Amino acid sequence: MRTFLPRLGAAVVLGVIAWYLSRTLNQFRDYQIAEIAVYVTAVAGLTVLTGLSGQISLGNGAFMAIGAYTTALLLIHQSWPFYAALVVAGAAAAAAGGVVGIAAARLRGPYLAGATLLLGVALPSIALAWPGVFGGDQGLNVVFTVPSFLGANFPLTRWQAWVSAAVALVTLLLLANLMYSRIGRNWRAVRDDEVAAALDGINVAATRVRAFVVSAACAGLAGSLLAVVTGLVGPGAYTVTLSIQLLTAAVIGGLGSLPGALWGSLIIVLVPTYITDVATSHGQSATVGANIPIAAYGVVLILVMLVFPQGIQGGLRRLLIAFFGPNQKSRTWRIAPTSDVTPSADEPSASQHEKEGTI
Amino acid sequence: MVEFLQFTLSGIVFGMVYAAVALSLVLIWRGTRVVNFAQGGMAMFTTFVAIEVIYRTHSYWAGFFVALAAGLVLGAASELTIVRPTIGKPPLNVVIVTIGLLVLLEGLAGIFYGGQLRSFPSAFSVTGLKVGGTSLGVSRNDVFVVVAVLVATLALGVMFRYTTAGLRMRAAAFNATIARLSGIRVARVLTVGWALAGLLGALAGVLVSPSIFLSPNSMDTIFVYGFTAAVIGGLDSAVGAVVGGLFLGVALSYVGGYVGGSVGSEIPPLVALGILVAVLMIRPDGLFAGARMRRV
Repeated sequence: MRTFLPRLGAAVVLGVIAWYLSRTLNQFRDYQIAEIAVYVTAVAGLTVLTGLSGQISLGNGAFMAIGAYTTALLLIHQSWPFYAALVVAGAAAAAAGGVVGIAAARLRGPYLAGATLLLGVALPSIALAWPGVFGGDQGLNVVFTVPSFLGANFPLTRWQAWVSAAVALVTLLLLANLMYSRIGRNWRAVRDDEVAAALDGINVAATRVRAFVVSAACAGLAGSLLAVVTGLVGPGAYTVTLSIQLLTAAVIGGLGSLPGALWGSLIIVLVPTYITDVATSHGQSATVGANIPIAAYGVVLILVMLVFPQGIQGGLRRLLIAFFGPNQKSRTWRIAPTSDVTPSADEPSASQHEKEGTI
Repeated sequence: MVEFLQFTLSGIVFGMVYAAVALSLVLIWRGTRVVNFAQGGMAMFTTFVAIEVIYRTHSYWAGFFVALAAGLVLGAASELTIVRPTIGKPPLNVVIVTIGLLVLLEGLAGIFYGGQLRSFPSAFSVTGLKVGGTSLGVSRNDVFVVVAVLVATLALGVMFRYTTAGLRMRAAAFNATIARLSGIRVARVLTVGWALAGLLGALAGVLVSPSIFLSPNSMDTIFVYGFTAAVIGGLDSAVGAVVGGLFLGVALSYVGGYVGGSVGSEIPPLVALGILVAVLMIRPDGLFAGARMRRV
C-alpha cells in the first residue's frame, strides 16, 4: 500500500496532464497524445518482458496485430461495444503470447530473437493469405464514435486521446504493481540467475511464460487502441518495423523501466514528426524526411547499448541521485548486493530496480 | 510429375540463397557467438551499391564484384566498430546493437533510394529452360545462382580445410584462449570471419534480388529464412546450413506451389515459423548437432 499510493498519484498526475493537453491543443496533437498512449501501452509490456524477465521479443508488433484484428472483427461483425472488444483483444493476444512463451521458454538470446522476428514477419501475411476475412492489403475499416453524453460537437480525436490515455495509465499502474510483487521479483531472479532461481523453488519455465503472456496482453491492448485511433487495421501497419520501433522505444527509455517506456514513446512519436517537418521545410523530399528518423533510431540503438545501456531513465536517476543524494527511505528495504554478485554497471540489476518507488 | 520437378528445382534455387545467408550467419556464430541480425540489411545495402555501379558502368559484373567487396568491407567495419565493444556484456546487448545496425542501414537506404521496389538486373537470361519440350521452371540465371553459391561454399570449405588462415579461424572458433596462447591474433581472425560473412551475404543479396525486387525491407524475409536454415543446421555447422537452406527452400516451394492462390503465396513465412519452432522444440541444437549441454 505504501508504494501503491505514490504510483496511483503519479498515474493521476499523468492523466490530468493528458486531459489538460487534450483540451488546450489542436486535433493533430490530440491524435499524437493517443498515439503516444498506444506506444506507452505496448512499450511498457515489452520493457517488462526484456528488462525484467530478460527475454527479447522482436515480434510484439504481431501481438498488436492480433489485438487490432480481434477488435476490428468484433466491432464490424458482432457490433460489440469497444470496451468489451478491448478486453477480448487483450485476452486473445495474451493467449497467443502464452503459446509463443511456451516455445520461447526453452530458447535463449539470439534464438529467441530470431524466432520472434520470424513471428513478426510471418503474422501479417495471414491477413494477406485470407483477404476475405481480414480485408487483405486494404485492411478493415473500424468506426469509432464519441459517446452521446459528451454532446454532438465533442471532437473525436479528443475522445480517442482520452480513451487511449486511460487504458495506458491503467496498464502502467497494473504493470507497476506486478513488477514489485512476487511475480516481478521472480522475473528478476530468473533473469539474473536461472539456476539460483530454480534452487529457490521458482518454476523458471512458468515464470518466463508468464512474462510473455503479460507482454502480449499489453501489446494486444495497444493494438486494439491503435485500431480505433487510426480507424484502419491493415497488414502494412503491423510489420517488423513496428516491432523494432517498440524495442527502440524501450531501449531508449531504459530497459525494464516503466517511466522509461513513457520517455521512449514520447521520443518515438514526437521526434520523427519534428524531424520530417524540419527536413521537408529545408527542401528535402518527404521520403528523405521520413527516413532520417529511422537512420537516427539505428544510431541511437547502437549508441545507447554501447555507451549508456540504462537509457534515459537511468540517466535521470543518476541526475536525481547527484542532486539529492541516494533516496534513504527506499534504501532501507532493499537488500544490499554482496560483493560477488554486485551488479555490473551495464545491466540494471534487481536491486537497482527496487529503487524506483513510483511509476 | 512435371509440376513436382519444377517446384523442386525452383525450391533448390531459393534454397541456395537461404543457404548463403545461413552460411554467413554460421561463420559469425562460430567465431563470435553472435547472430548478426543486420546480415539481411547489409546484403540489401550492398545490393543497392551494386545497382548504383551497374547504373554508372553499364556492366553487371562490375556491380556484382563491387557488391561483394562492399560486403567484405561492411562486415569487417561492423565487427571493428560496433560488435567488438559489446564483448563481455550481456548477450542481449549485441543482439540489440546488430538490430540497430539493421535499422540504420534500412534508414540510409530509404534516404538515398526511397522506399519503392526496384528491379535488379540478372546475370543471365531468365527465360525458362526446357528439356525435350517440358519446361523445367528454372532459367539460366537460376543455374548461375546455384553455381555461384556452390563455388563460394566450396571455396570457403577449401580455405577452412587447407589453408593456414582457415586453420587459424577454426582454432579461434574452437577455443579462443588456447588459440591466443598459440600466437593467433584471435581478434583479427574474428574480423576476417565477419568480412567473409559480409561477402556471402552480399552474394545472396545480388543473387536473390532479380526475383524479389529490391527495397530497404526486401531482405527481411530472406534473412529470417536464412536464420531458420541456419538453426535447422544447428548454427554451428556449415554443412548443416547448406542442407537446412535447401530443405527450407524446397519445403516452402512445395507449400507455395501446391497450395496455390493467395494462401499459397502468403503462408510460406508461417510454414517457416512452424519449422523453426518445431526444430527448436525437438532439437534445439539443430538436426546436425551431437548431444550437448547448456553450461550453467
